[in-house]
Amino acid sequence: MNNTYAIKAENLTRQFGSFTAVDQISFQVKKGEIFGFLGANGAGKTTAIRMLCGLLKPSGGHAEVAGFDIFRQQEKIKQHIGYMSQKFSLYEDLTLYENIRFYGGVYGLRMSEIRERAEDLLKKLGLTQQRNLLVKSLPLGWKQKLAFSVASIHNPEIVFLDEPTSGVDPVTRRQFWNLIYEAAHGGTTIFITTHYMEEAEYCNRISLMVAGKIKALDTPTGLKTQYAAESMDDVFLKLTQQ
Amino acid sequence: MKQFIAFVKKEFYHIFRDKRTLLILFGMPVVQVILFGFAITNEINEAHIVFLDKSHDVATDKIKDKILSSGYFRLNEKTPRSSADLQEIFREGKVKVAVVFGQNFYKNMLTHQSANIEILADASDPNMATTLTAYVTAIIRQYQAEEQTITGGLIGTEVKMLYNEQLKGVFLFVPGVITVILMLVSAMMTSITITREKELGTMEILMVSPLKPGLIILGKSTPYIALAMINAVTILLLAWTVFEMPIRGSLLLLLAECLLFVITSLSIGILISTITNSQQTALLISLMALMLPTILLSGFIFPINSMPLVLRYVSNIIPARWFIEIVRSIMLKGVGLEVIWTETLVLAGMALLFIVVSIKKFNIRLG
Repeated sequence: MNNTYAIKAENLTRQFGSFTAVDQISFQVKKGEIFGFLGANGAGKTTAIRMLCGLLKPSGGHAEVAGFDIFRQQEKIKQHIGYMSQKFSLYEDLTLYENIRFYGGVYGLRMSEIRERAEDLLKKLGLTQQRNLLVKSLPLGWKQKLAFSVASIHNPEIVFLDEPTSGVDPVTRRQFWNLIYEAAHGGTTIFITTHYMEEAEYCNRISLMVAGKIKALDTPTGLKTQYAAESMDDVFLKLTQQ
Repeated sequence: MKQFIAFVKKEFYHIFRDKRTLLILFGMPVVQVILFGFAITNEINEAHIVFLDKSHDVATDKIKDKILSSGYFRLNEKTPRSSADLQEIFREGKVKVAVVFGQNFYKNMLTHQSANIEILADASDPNMATTLTAYVTAIIRQYQAEEQTITGGLIGTEVKMLYNEQLKGVFLFVPGVITVILMLVSAMMTSITITREKELGTMEILMVSPLKPGLIILGKSTPYIALAMINAVTILLLAWTVFEMPIRGSLLLLLAECLLFVITSLSIGILISTITNSQQTALLISLMALMLPTILLSGFIFPINSMPLVLRYVSNIIPARWFIEIVRSIMLKGVGLEVIWTETLVLAGMALLFIVVSIKKFNIRLG
């Protein structure tokens, strides 16, 4: 448990019939790191994240999440991770507080803990006044911020975010990243997939996926130097044109 | 346990905040019972009848009297003079039955020659025609029996309808309505509520959480068990108060059997939700694959005994067929478990099978 990596993947592979969605990818994510998983739509990002969360069985390879084997110790992994999917993951017909209470209950938190964390969380998001409103009345950006906070209500070691900012305006995206930084500062490892290249700059390290394979893995600055590019967009274009 | 309570609570919020579902859940049973009880009925009242009487003697007058005073028939204002008139009258459509007496009816009867009566019915509605001719025949036979006892004649027949002396149609429909409603609430609603979470993407979040798949399914279906049981009680109360339908057997046994049927239906609903990811498909499968066979092949409307052999075999795999039998037996015949244990066992076996298959399928989906 006391190693420095939150996630280790070795030759992780997933096939759907004859199509290889994820092709022998290997990487490590350090504890407390913000690790970006970039690639075009259909590059295999979501398949990879779903395997790490235990939603999908890998066809081959090895991986450890929070020190547990993804093949044998799925149940243990679940206690230590949070997950936010592409689709909005809160219940629209429940109020903000009911959503928080439900997910708190799902993770087995005590009622007193739930109440305390709900207060903190709502205050941090500036939504204390809205606690008894139905979630569907919130604007999308706020919903996403709330969803992230709810996904980490049980203080997980790792939070997996699958394209959390798609369809959100740039200002809200910036605020969303502030929340991510704050969580990472508190020691939470962040594993995030995105197809917005400018978001890559916010990550500590990024891996670029093309057609199921990891084509490059480094810090944003490292990648830009390596490919003699001015922005991550250029890096990505150069990689895909190879 | 705490997880489970949190889950069920959340599920009830969903149900109570969705006004339309709520209306369907509680409005439908009432509407259906009332509809089936009052509007859709096999009973015949005041069907128009005409007589073509070529004898006009004591016997024919007495038979006509008997028929008209039975309450089922009403004399039409038209009086046919010949068979040609009859054709004309039937074509107009108002008259449903005609009785034709041959010549010298009473005389032939006394001398034990054949006294002829012809019964004609408008069979453009075959069920109605069959029932009407049966009524007329019964009345004539009754007359015959009376005459024979007076003249020291042959065998008299007496028909007695057991368990439902007045032949009330509603007695037939209530078990069917209970069955359809329980099936609808349990199977359709569960399959929709589970696929809804899949569509919204919240199912993924639940599967990533430490909740066990079994607990997710149990948490999603528990509220619907409760609702279905409330519906069952509502229908029984309506049937009892409005239509005076008796519950001759044990109420507790009846409710226990309802619960068993709800669980069977729920497990079908869960099975459906493992096959599909969309609410629309789930709804369609529930309607086409469940509701239609339940209504058509369960004996709810059409008697199983009069089905072709193949369909009779098919009806065996429909849970509703067994449940309707159970409900009728308990409510009307007042029998206990010692009589209906086969049906109960079949239902329980089906529930077990569906649950095992759907848990297997649910796990595969995870993998």
